Amino acid sequence: MSDEAKDETKGKAKDEAVAIPAQSDGTQEKAGGTATLTKGAAPGETLLKVTGLQKHFPIKKGLLQRQVGAVRAVDGIDFEVRSGETLGVVGESGCGKSTMGRLITRLLEPTAGKVEFQGKDITHLGVGGMRPLRRDVQMIFQDPYSSLNPRHTIGTIVSAPFKLQGVQPEGGVKKEVQRLLSVVGLNPEHYNRYPHEFSGGQRQRIGIARALALNPRLVVADEPVSALDVSIQAQVVNLLDDLQDELGLTYVIIAHDLSVVRHVSDRIAVMYLGKIMELADRDLLYKSPMHPYTKALMSAVPIPDPARRGAKSERILLKGDVPSPISPPSGCRFHTRCWKATQICTTTEPPLKELRPGQQVACHHPENFEDQAPQDVVLLTAAKEAAELVSEDALAESAATSAAVAAEVEAESPADTASDGGDEPAAEGADDGENAGDGAGNAEESDSGNAEESDSGSADGSDSGSADEEPPAKGK
Amino acid sequence: MTELSKSGAAVGEPTGTSPAPTAFLEVRDLKVHFPTDDGLVKSVDGLSFQLEKGKTLGIVGESGSGKSVTSLGIMGLHTAGQYGKRKARISGEIWLDGTELLSADPDHVRKLRGREMAMIFQDPLSALHPYYTIGQQIVEAYRIHHKVDKKTAKRRAVEMLDRVGIPQPDKRVDSYPHEFSGGMRQRAMIAMSLVNNPELLIADEPTTALDVTVQAQILDLIRDLQKEFGSAVIVITHDLGVVAELADDLLVMYGGRCVERGPAEKVFYEPRHPYTWGLLGSMPRLDRDQQERLIPVKGSPPSLINLPSGCAFNPRCPYADVPKDDVTRTVRPELTEVGSKHWAACHMSQEQRERIWTEEIAPKL
Repeated sequence: MSDEAKDETKGKAKDEAVAIPAQSDGTQEKAGGTATLTKGAAPGETLLKVTGLQKHFPIKKGLLQRQVGAVRAVDGIDFEVRSGETLGVVGESGCGKSTMGRLITRLLEPTAGKVEFQGKDITHLGVGGMRPLRRDVQMIFQDPYSSLNPRHTIGTIVSAPFKLQGVQPEGGVKKEVQRLLSVVGLNPEHYNRYPHEFSGGQRQRIGIARALALNPRLVVADEPVSALDVSIQAQVVNLLDDLQDELGLTYVIIAHDLSVVRHVSDRIAVMYLGKIMELADRDLLYKSPMHPYTKALMSAVPIPDPARRGAKSERILLKGDVPSPISPPSGCRFHTRCWKATQICTTTEPPLKELRPGQQVACHHPENFEDQAPQDVVLLTAAKEAAELVSEDALAESAATSAAVAAEVEAESPADTASDGGDEPAAEGADDGENAGDGAGNAEESDSGNAEESDSGSADGSDSGSADEEPPAKGK
Repeated sequence: MTELSKSGAAVGEPTGTSPAPTAFLEVRDLKVHFPTDDGLVKSVDGLSFQLEKGKTLGIVGESGSGKSVTSLGIMGLHTAGQYGKRKARISGEIWLDGTELLSADPDHVRKLRGREMAMIFQDPLSALHPYYTIGQQIVEAYRIHHKVDKKTAKRRAVEMLDRVGIPQPDKRVDSYPHEFSGGMRQRAMIAMSLVNNPELLIADEPTTALDVTVQAQILDLIRDLQKEFGSAVIVITHDLGVVAELADDLLVMYGGRCVERGPAEKVFYEPRHPYTWGLLGSMPRLDRDQQERLIPVKGSPPSLINLPSGCAFNPRCPYADVPKDDVTRTVRPELTEVGSKHWAACHMSQEQRERIWTEEIAPKL
């Protein structure tokens, strides 16, 4: 299988080696753009498909370096990137978003799962097998200071892709590099300068020029603007925008800044502890987020408007810190910090399901939508504590919108909701019945081990024990 | 002294010669210059402001605009240049509660530091000592200023850790910094800086290293603690969202100087300096509908060795040609009052700026 894929990619590479010089003879960006579109998938087609992707970093200890555990950085994620779109990936530090970026560019070897690029399985291609593909998949790195070799001139840095891939652009490498420099808004005369002579924003432009050199189809940008000043950030964001329009690029942009992600993305994936919590079209996600985590994340962004200062009614504070990815909480990973968590959340992992067209959510009790596990109503003790941090206004509002949406949906298609929404989680709950005991145990363990902050109250709370240890067969 | 009085007068304050500060903290014409092989780096070049107790001042600006140098100057931490060959050159006046700090005896300032004024640093992992437990570090900070035994000091440390929201403080007091998460380290550092009930708290990018959810927790904590202790707070950040959450007054720095200063509402809703417009235009905002395009400030921040002549912002200012006679490129604009307690340093006339803001900038934000 993989041999076949290798052969195929090699064959394709030859085709492209012919194609590339033809493209670059057009000195205008437009020419390059049309070429990209004709040679690759049409806009809207699936360019990259990821299924069940996992990356576990082993933890080794002792003289024999035996494996004692694993950091589950990415723990089973599925998504697609369509040609011409921008997929934004957000999440707190340690949620696995950068690891995900390195997996899809195959800078890391996945533990399990499958990565398909243009229909070809590239999950386990070796260095040689990947080389032809490196032309189509490029990366922009976070830190413009450490990602450029200080001993090479800008010319050498930007022309390296041509040398590595053995491509001779028409008109010579130097001319092409200078064209690239002017495309990203740098002075082509600076060809012979060294990275230290440039400012942070200019260096990031150099990194972008290098990524664009071979006319890639997919550009993975890992925090492309977070190291830059606000005013420079806007310049680079606009540049990425323009380049996408001109060259028909597809982006995966990984960032922690929700406002930047909203600005650049068409679709957004929200990650938490190695899982995708919500994957939705931009406007849907920001107007009516369904996952409580998404909602909390967005409400935490400080709004640059003094009139809204201390508008605590709108803010959802999450208690404590992200649990350790070494032993993530059982069931839904967010249940230790969620104010809506019930018993089913500790035992059954909610599947990432398309609840609304263009909005996939992994939650038993989504916001702005009908409850997926309505039979399970008793809040966990931890959830009650978490809810104390959420203002009553926000809680009431979320209950009201959920009810309204649920009523609306029911009125529209009663049959649909009955089969889709109501039954499935319950059925899964039953399936998981046997494992549930383990799950609850794990939950407690990870509570005390990793989330000290969240656990402080549950140790002495009188009803805490009962909620945690209740037989999980409750969900039926 | 003549120099002092000149710029002191320009911001509408009493001249530098009269030591009669009415405010709790008053900085007059602060200059911090660093001699280097390439020339004199004028990190802070004539900065004046006042701050009352119980109020919060936000200082915003890009990297290299002199925000942090200002805060270290107030804390008197620049004289540490004695270890190297070169010292920072500091001039001006810093009045804290009736005491001038720059001319005061270093020993006296050392007594104030930590007790009267304390600082929260950006990166808690490098600001906390990795070899000592959190408790030992807080106890040390407390015992320097209070003659108490170790037991009492430790009780105080536990109390403070509890106050900043660290769970099981009696156990965590014996933990090392590496055993804490980023948010908890920042909480521990806040506990350490507040252990002596300082009247002035300087927070230098207190949340930049943290995730948004933790940032929201820390901002809430700082706000609550300020209410409780009634201290004056200076928040230094590049994030306009953070200052909007915390600050009563705002000071926008560019190239080592203040370009706009005033109540937060004024600076956000009626900014009168093109650089402030640029900052507001370049940030994507969650509370507005999707902007089509951001409006960045062109070019990059100036070198502090060779500041552009005239207005330091002129090479990046889209309106540099509006005032006549090339005045933006030859004369440095002084801060002028543009509203009540609101100053801006720009050559354009009041009316011109008001028109440009309401007609050209505000609709696009």
